[in-house]
Amino acid sequence: MKPKIAVLMFPGSNCDLDTIHVLKNVIKVDTDLIWHNNFRETDYDGVILPGGFAFGDYLRAGIIAAHSPAIEQAQVMLKDGRPVIGICNGFQILTEAQFLPGALLQNDSLRFVCKWVNLVVENNKTAFSNKMNKGDVIDIPIAHGEGRFFTDNLKELEENDQIVFRYSDKMGNSTEEYNPNGSLDNIAGVCNLERNCIGLMPHPERASEAILSPKSTEHGKLFFDSMIDYIFRRVLK
Amino acid sequence: MDQFEFIIEVSIENKPAARDPVAETIKRDLIAKKGYDMVSNVRSGQYLRINIVAENESKAKEIVTKMCNDLRIFNPVTQNLTILNVNQK
Repeated sequence: MKPKIAVLMFPGSNCDLDTIHVLKNVIKVDTDLIWHNNFRETDYDGVILPGGFAFGDYLRAGIIAAHSPAIEQAQVMLKDGRPVIGICNGFQILTEAQFLPGALLQNDSLRFVCKWVNLVVENNKTAFSNKMNKGDVIDIPIAHGEGRFFTDNLKELEENDQIVFRYSDKMGNSTEEYNPNGSLDNIAGVCNLERNCIGLMPHPERASEAILSPKSTEHGKLFFDSMIDYIFRRVLK
Repeated sequence: MDQFEFIIEVSIENKPAARDPVAETIKRDLIAKKGYDMVSNVRSGQYLRINIVAENESKAKEIVTKMCNDLRIFNPVTQNLTILNVNQK
């Protein structure tokens, strides 16, 4: 059997086609772009909530989409162990849907931040980081206005090893100087307790081809390769 | 039972532990620079005015509080919700 992936499209999504391109042409996996109302979980082995916006992001980024029927479908996948990832706006949706802990607030600079950053891998036991090593440094771009991760229970996240990525310098040191948005403890991505759902503000789909990277790296591919490996080991086994 | 229309005003603001850069900027770059040194703190937030039909004031407040919790109109991870005012229309 071959894995089949869904990339959801909400009104306002704008990284959906980039994600489809990478999955189909770089990772070479069967992928559908699905309007959120048409999404049926039974057809897919994994789902990606791409970046952009959703429903105008009125009230708070992601909250309206978090109440959509597509999220109820994604919840079924979450519960039976299939991989679910939220990138940027997708991360905001997954925290508002309470698939993931914490919340994403307006950047402390009050500005939209768009640049390449480094992440240090803190947990390589998730469905989207199993092709990385703990301590690896990832080249990847961010582009967001509301990416300041906040939780009122940091200790629990640390104890449960739910912090997957932190913003860092190129050596992997997480210092305030390399925190682009004021995120608590430099947190860039977190996972659920079961490790099959992660959310992150940076964009792996924009870092999967050397021609797009200032350092000619392809670190974004590792996220999608990890997902496919996880599907073969845990979903299609 | 008779039903009455109430107007409930609600504010949503970040919890004290979550920084509020909007209010920090208003205070630092506007208030403090224009000589209002007596202003010691500012917090920003969202304001909702909700018209609701209910039997009485306490029932109206109960419904609005439950609605805001159930639908996550405020995010309890980062925000507090306060009912500012209830008026019968």
